[in-house]
Amino acid sequence: MKNNKRIIPGFGISMGVTLALLSIMVVIPLASLVVFTAKMDFSDIIKVITRPRVVASFEVTLLTAFIASVINAVMGVILAWVLVRYNFPGKRILDGMIELPFALPTAVAGISLTSLYADSGWIGGIFAQMGIKIAYTRIGITIALIFIGIPFVVRTVQPVLEKLDPLYEEAAGILGASRTRTFRKVILPELRPAIFTGFGLAFGRCLGEYGSVVFIAGNQPYETEITPLIIMSELQEYDYSSATAIALVMLAAAFLILFLVNLIQIRNSKILKGGH
Amino acid sequence: MSAENKQVISREGSTDIHAQTAGSKAVKYILITLSVVFLFVMLVMPLITVIYEAFRKGLVPYLEAVSDPDTISALLLTLEATVIAVVINTVFGLFAAWAISKFRFHGKKLLVTLIDLPVTVSPIIAGLIFVLTFGRQSAIYPFLESIDFMVVYAVPGIILATVFVTFPFISREILPVLEAQGTDEEEAAALMGTKGFTIFRRITLPHIKWALLYGIVLCAARAMGEFGAVSVLSGHLRGKTVTLPLQVEILFGDNKFMPAFAVSSILVVLAIVILIVRSIVEYIGKRRGEK
Repeated sequence: MKNNKRIIPGFGISMGVTLALLSIMVVIPLASLVVFTAKMDFSDIIKVITRPRVVASFEVTLLTAFIASVINAVMGVILAWVLVRYNFPGKRILDGMIELPFALPTAVAGISLTSLYADSGWIGGIFAQMGIKIAYTRIGITIALIFIGIPFVVRTVQPVLEKLDPLYEEAAGILGASRTRTFRKVILPELRPAIFTGFGLAFGRCLGEYGSVVFIAGNQPYETEITPLIIMSELQEYDYSSATAIALVMLAAAFLILFLVNLIQIRNSKILKGGH
Repeated sequence: MSAENKQVISREGSTDIHAQTAGSKAVKYILITLSVVFLFVMLVMPLITVIYEAFRKGLVPYLEAVSDPDTISALLLTLEATVIAVVINTVFGLFAAWAISKFRFHGKKLLVTLIDLPVTVSPIIAGLIFVLTFGRQSAIYPFLESIDFMVVYAVPGIILATVFVTFPFISREILPVLEAQGTDEEEAAALMGTKGFTIFRRITLPHIKWALLYGIVLCAARAMGEFGAVSVLSGHLRGKTVTLPLQVEILFGDNKFMPAFAVSSILVVLAIVILIVRSIVEYIGKRRGEK
């Protein structure tokens, strides 16, 4: 049944303001991307995105973002577990700190990580003695992306873990399951959608990340040049077509990840509500 | 079974739950240590680095770097962009959350998706779409030129980029609260003849107060720190279109490391203030919500 009579006032004005601002800020700029793309030749787009240097940047970006997100998924589960299940002094500070990568400007994180992990830096110096270079290599990029992605998995797993009834674990224990088995068979299946959601969000963020990475990356073509940086340099050379072509690939990747995350999220919200 | 025995069992049972769920003591301390070390290396050490490098040459060079005219103008531009982003996104967030939660209409899902879109897009792409909209190759460029209103490589571009990357921040915080609250109270008030704004002020606002504040804090944090999108649209004209994060980039690129970290220290302080405010707002909000 359609509810035609609206009792609460303000539909016209709130809808009007919402659509007006949404159009100016989001719809029109996106439409101009579509219009610009429509004017481009399909073969030109293919030519741009198959340039060896661009393909190499896809590889660097995907590889570093993937490794960083896997590390964050593992650490995220551990952190969420520690924050939900244990009590210890300083826990609240630890919990509040998780959001730091959201609050700290990426450029600040970038220069700070660079000087920390450079061969002359506090941490980079230790590894330099062992012959491992971190800053200006793909390891450096991965470190910056780990920094950026820390909050995602923690904050998606935490609420699920809080809702998880310890009774099931107790039951598994009483039935004779070892702790690792209980974790693998009882806890992990419940957390899995949340872990994948957090992983997906972190991965999506890492693919597009620019500020924290450009300083530590060293930006060597074919080696440590990330895709957002290539778009940036095309823009600086006023080559808008190339920039747009590469951006389309990144957008497609971002939307694909978002779509998968949404699929998982539907399952996740069912678990949060208590059903299966 | 005697009462004494029962007591022992139930007590053992309760400690058992803890032992089972929390794992052994050793595992507990290993995991806590791992977490603390990870966060210390990844989050705390970068902060210490900023402060250490900023004061490396003493207080006087630090103050000189912070009071540099270019830095001051960057700070002012950052504040300007942040305030505008917060104001626009608050207005948008309130109206959008009201429209979405209080009424039924077609295309609601699409609307919510579009609102969330800016945060899923890479900041560089956010910059790119504004360059395509307002840049030289755009259809409206001749018109913009005729009224002498430049967006790309000018302050309006920086502000647009900042508003864009923080666009859903406030609506996203308010919306779940409003949806959980339902429409009964507003409907009752409206049926009794209360005017729209009074309904909002007396009924809705008290519910969303903390969510709104939380959203504003998140929005401000992201707005002052935005780098990628602003970098695309800025053109890096010193003293004119440079925000604090861009000033950090410029100084670092010029090998002026100490000044770069000095400017960064301002942003670190702001970030820590934001985290503290966030924790307080979240804490109060939760306590109010439980009552």
